[in-house]
Amino acid sequence: MVKVKHAKPESFYKVYERKLTTKKVTHYCPGCGHGVAHKLIAEIIDELGIQDRVIFLSPVGCSVFAYYYFDVGNVQCSHGMAPAVGTGIARTLENSIVISYQGDGDLAGIGMSAIIHAANRGENMAVFFINNAIYGMTGGQMAPTTLLGQKTLTTPMGRSTNRDGNPIGMCELINSLTAPVFIERVSLANPARVIKARRAFKKALFNQVERKGFSFVEVLSPCPVNWKMSPLESRKWIINKLEPVFPVQNFRDIEEKPERYERVEMSDEELLNLFKIEKEMEIKPKTKKISDQHIKIAGFGGQGVMSAGVLLANCAIMEGLNSTWLPSYGPEMRGGTANASVIISENIIGSPVVDNPNVLIAMNAPSLDTFEDQVSPGGFIIVNSSLINRKVKREDVEVLYVPASEIAKDLGLITTANIVVLGVYMVKSRVLDTETLKQVIPISIKKKHLTEVNLKALQAGIDIFKEEAGAHI
Amino acid sequence: MKKQLFKGNDAVVCGALLGGATHFFGYPITPASEIAHAAALYFTRAGRVFLQSESEVNAINMIYGAASAGARVMTASSGPGISLMAEGLSYLAGAELPCVVVDVQRAGPGLGNIWPEQGDYNMVVKGGGHGNYKNIVFAPNSVQEMCDFTYRAFEIADKYRMTVFILSDAYIGQMMEPVELPEKVSKTERKPWALYADRESRHNLITSIFMNTKLMGEHNWKLQEKYKEAEKILEFEELETEDAEVLFVAFGICSRICQTALYELRSSGIRAGLLRPKTLFPFPKQKLNELGERVSKIIVVELSNGQMADDVELSVRSRIPVLRYNWMGGEVPSTGEIVKRVKNDI
Repeated sequence: MVKVKHAKPESFYKVYERKLTTKKVTHYCPGCGHGVAHKLIAEIIDELGIQDRVIFLSPVGCSVFAYYYFDVGNVQCSHGMAPAVGTGIARTLENSIVISYQGDGDLAGIGMSAIIHAANRGENMAVFFINNAIYGMTGGQMAPTTLLGQKTLTTPMGRSTNRDGNPIGMCELINSLTAPVFIERVSLANPARVIKARRAFKKALFNQVERKGFSFVEVLSPCPVNWKMSPLESRKWIINKLEPVFPVQNFRDIEEKPERYERVEMSDEELLNLFKIEKEMEIKPKTKKISDQHIKIAGFGGQGVMSAGVLLANCAIMEGLNSTWLPSYGPEMRGGTANASVIISENIIGSPVVDNPNVLIAMNAPSLDTFEDQVSPGGFIIVNSSLINRKVKREDVEVLYVPASEIAKDLGLITTANIVVLGVYMVKSRVLDTETLKQVIPISIKKKHLTEVNLKALQAGIDIFKEEAGAHI
Repeated sequence: MKKQLFKGNDAVVCGALLGGATHFFGYPITPASEIAHAAALYFTRAGRVFLQSESEVNAINMIYGAASAGARVMTASSGPGISLMAEGLSYLAGAELPCVVVDVQRAGPGLGNIWPEQGDYNMVVKGGGHGNYKNIVFAPNSVQEMCDFTYRAFEIADKYRMTVFILSDAYIGQMMEPVELPEKVSKTERKPWALYADRESRHNLITSIFMNTKLMGEHNWKLQEKYKEAEKILEFEELETEDAEVLFVAFGICSRICQTALYELRSSGIRAGLLRPKTLFPFPKQKLNELGERVSKIIVVELSNGQMADDVELSVRSRIPVLRYNWMGGEVPSTGEIVKRVKNDI
């Protein structure tokens, strides 16, 4: 003789208030499958002794108020987003048992990206997907799992393939991913099926205790009110109509525990050191008066115009001056011309935008064409004469022609042309000390084995200016 | 502590980690992507959590989850991404969850372009999503403030259980300046309302749904009282306002350009001043009202169609002329352009 035990799981609240100020507003309809699914989950929470650790995510849908029933940690989520919310929780609380309980509109409609990606990352959560082939809470509209021919408020003549597409099999979709550890479709159509469902529910939750990863249970569940059937008819409809389209079966049950990523939090002291440059430099006291430098360095991508600007700004800071660096950025950085604007001043710098540079360093012809006219009268232009054949047209500016690319090529590294021109600029302007740049280069340059050739390039720049100047004076 | 050269977007990550941030969820978008790049490197190195989400919608919901679990959590994006987060931001406000969102503004509407604009002002300052809620909004105008505001944002977010925005722009995000880093790591304490997957916190509920109209109304009033309380954190900077006849009002990159413009104007005998809101909610209404008594003209310089200018006009109750100098589409005015226009207008 079989004994039927009627008991309320501990994980359910004792009382469901229907009166007075604490009155609950909605409740499940007669014959609905949520009650059975809720009870299975609550019983298993009791059995596994995880009530304190559970964080239950309620969706938008009929089960939005699951927290009226479950005496566990509860989070109500936006429509379809429970797997994303669960990701945030699971990645914060190592000890949590995250349960995402979602309907078919929520999970397979609006929340498709959230569920697929959470599954694909193998997030630690048990997902219970209540598939009743219809939108329940909003009154019976088509769901992604609505059957072909099934009449709903938004498919009054029945769902058609041509107009509405076909019902989506979520287990089949998720089974195409490698990360999930457990995937099963169950049915609540009769007691035998409920007992089988219970085993799947338990496995999905036990996997969370074991921290095995993403576990997915699809539950074919009755919605007699929106199906416009009696509770008994709705059970038959599951067996005769739903189950042939959504086969009840286990899709995956992986025994071995996947490798988990462990993180170790840094101490405060380590954090404070995290951003410090490896070798601190001495900031020199200001010794000389300088005029504001509005510098534009321009060339094509790969000529190091951005990093040349950063080196200048670093030198300025080292010499106790203020500096800003502003790049051209985004898609134009890919292959096109690029430019950096650097301002160096003794005063606080307002606008970092350089509209009228008093120094232009043009590394290629398009850069000279673009910026020549913008240079303020009395300013100077350094022209990379290796790549720019023409002369500067302006007569109210000073011009230095430097075969920077050729010099760099002779040194064995064409990309150091930017350092050659910096050497020229520094000697010419007398704003910054070349010795400062000699200290900055070894610290700033990421490829340390190139330090020496860059220092040589700097020296070459310094020397060539001296030659140029000698030739001119 | 010595100053180091940082990019605005990178300084956000320094400020965040030293400000106690534990989680970053985000989706790449120019011109905010460097924040995600730096977070991917430094959050991971620091043993904190970085996760690239599948969309901004999902990112803001991951934030909702982590914030529910007591984390100090953030994201960074630009206009199109913030638009996608609108629903999530409303949920965060409704459920009173703290978080930090950085918006490095680009030009819109639609896909727009990647150059600087300030057209997200209304979306961010007025809330962005549905319902009666507000965000606290900081408006940095330097790389130092990108670091400092982000550093402080987490504590303020925790205190008021609100979203704190860092409303930046493509220039402030992309530029480099010397920065002095904070010298202390800020930490969060156990939050009595959050979920920690233990017995003590088991009865906590994170939700924004109240089907009972009276309860929903009460919840709304409670939020409004909180926003009133949050007005205490108002911050602004005044530059040469004592004797100003012309007052610039500008934030972000525009305030930097106005700063240079006002000294140029002063050198040619025009007494210009600048009021720079550092917080956009709360907004310096009272201060503007006071200054409105003293100056003869207010000029609001914005990279938008004049979104903040509406608030300025409200604050001075339209008693004095409020001129709108607006640029859109990624166009940024030169100092000279502004100076010339002011000379023409007064």
